[in-house]
Amino acid sequence: MADAPAVVVENLEKAFGETKALDGIDLQISEGTILGLLGPNGAGKTTAVRVLATLLHPDSGHAEIFGYDVVRQPAEVRTLIGLAGQNAAVDELLTGRQNLRMVGRLYHMPASEVRSRSEELLERFELTDAAKRAVRTYSGGMRRRLDLAASLLNRPRILYLDEPTTGLDPRSRADVWQMIRALVHEGTTLLLTTQYLEEADRLADQISVIDNGKVIAEGTADELKSSTGGQVVEVRVTRAADLDRAVAVLSSIGDAEAARTDDQVATVAAERGVASVADAAEALRREQLDVTDLALRRPTLDDVFLDITGRVADETPSSNGDRPSGGRGRRGERRKARQ
Amino acid sequence: MTTATAPTADAVRTGQITLGTALSDAATITRRYLTHILRQPRLLIFSTIQPVMFVLLFVYVFGGALLNSPAIQQYGSYKDFLLPGIFVQTVAFGATQTAIALAEDLNKGVIDRFRSLPMARSAVLVGRTVADLVRGFAVVVIMTVVGLIIGFRPQALGLLGAIAIVVAFGFAMSWIYAVVGLSAPNSETAQAASFVVTFPLVFASAVFIPPTTMPDWLRVFAEHNPITHVAEASRALATGIGDVTGPLLWSLAWIAGLLLVFVPLAVNRYRKMS
Repeated sequence: MADAPAVVVENLEKAFGETKALDGIDLQISEGTILGLLGPNGAGKTTAVRVLATLLHPDSGHAEIFGYDVVRQPAEVRTLIGLAGQNAAVDELLTGRQNLRMVGRLYHMPASEVRSRSEELLERFELTDAAKRAVRTYSGGMRRRLDLAASLLNRPRILYLDEPTTGLDPRSRADVWQMIRALVHEGTTLLLTTQYLEEADRLADQISVIDNGKVIAEGTADELKSSTGGQVVEVRVTRAADLDRAVAVLSSIGDAEAARTDDQVATVAAERGVASVADAAEALRREQLDVTDLALRRPTLDDVFLDITGRVADETPSSNGDRPSGGRGRRGERRKARQ
Repeated sequence: MTTATAPTADAVRTGQITLGTALSDAATITRRYLTHILRQPRLLIFSTIQPVMFVLLFVYVFGGALLNSPAIQQYGSYKDFLLPGIFVQTVAFGATQTAIALAEDLNKGVIDRFRSLPMARSAVLVGRTVADLVRGFAVVVIMTVVGLIIGFRPQALGLLGAIAIVVAFGFAMSWIYAVVGLSAPNSETAQAASFVVTFPLVFASAVFIPPTTMPDWLRVFAEHNPITHVAEASRALATGIGDVTGPLLWSLAWIAGLLLVFVPLAVNRYRKMS
């Protein structure tokens, strides 16, 4: 046992009434790496983070943070972790500076360190100018940055970022990403949950795809992408109404079944590479379908998710975001169709 | 001084809570909530005007008619009867702020952040209720000043005792509302639920009139209502008229009883929250 992992999660289960939010999750994070926990709304990501942050007791299973058990040694665990994102919030009525100082005092840091560390983090997250303003005047991006700063006050050995960019505009999202990357350079261990495949792809070393409270795939982004079997043909139809026909056409060119990935986009595995594109073009022309785009590309994590679950990742599975989704039936169908 | 309250390096590392860290955490949270009060000047102004308005309305609208009651006549003026009692109404309603604030913090995720920090589990609740105590004290002082202006004539030393028992009772009430706030799905429900508890207690009591004229079933309720005991204790202390010992002992017993039941209940609820 040379380097014990930062986080070990074994067979974690948690049910809310009839709903199994966690249905036997296993995770491992090595120190200094980023694990991306990727899944749609209601997959169980937030529940997992809440258990690891000592906010929620699991029904069964086991979770350790640097060797400390989250259920039996919560006090020790809390000294090691930082939590930011949809689970933790900043105080709207306090100023940015007051928020950081309050959190610093609650970490029982010496007063001088509370002050210097707060200023350092305000500076780093570009909030010094706004430090004297009440947080309720902050933009969404500024709040997330302050939230991130608050979670770093104690120099945590592991940071949980629960959907750190959900609801942010693209610019603010890029800012937050940049700040997360900087943290990683410094060697912070990170658990990042996200429903954005792009986010996991860009930031995470390892990705665990979770759905219905279970890990359904894991590996690096590249491993996950190559597991879907290489390149895909993607067609964007001019009129959304033509999409069903396009799916049928793409399914006819080979053994693989095509799928819709957007209102106007259908994809299919390119089993014969460029030849598949040529076949697709020919078949579309024969059917006189108008397309705005036809391309051969490497699979993205969207394709991976679609391939494993039969659903598009950011499609909300049910009206209640906290419930695990259906979609199993369709996955089964899809799998069968492929055989 | 500092060494007594400063946590040992060991305690900081393992996240263990000592009495020192528990007190300093509670102080940090008290400061947070007091800052909230000052940051919402409109809320502060209206929540101060409201009890003052109650004093003026009751004194000038009902005061004349109520002086016909022999139980009130012995105080000489309705002002002297009403003010020590209406203090209790003020702190009882003021304490509902604890429910509202905690429900809001829960909903916004602020409590989640606190629960993920290595701070004392009691600190958020102690901090919140102490902040309410400070605010309740300030409002009662303002009401006293308004009362003095319109002709309230208490005994100086007794008045201090009256304020002390009233504010202590408000603190104990805050812990009931802490449980309400931690159980409510949102701050609107917390507020509505708190008012349902508070209104009958405040009005079916000896705050505004002596319970003697109430129908029997209500009178029995009013006479055993803790707010009646505290109002009578406060009134006897401030005016020097009537029995002090009985209502005072009842008040202290209620304060102790409420704290003994609701402090563990609230802290346990906070601990077990998910």
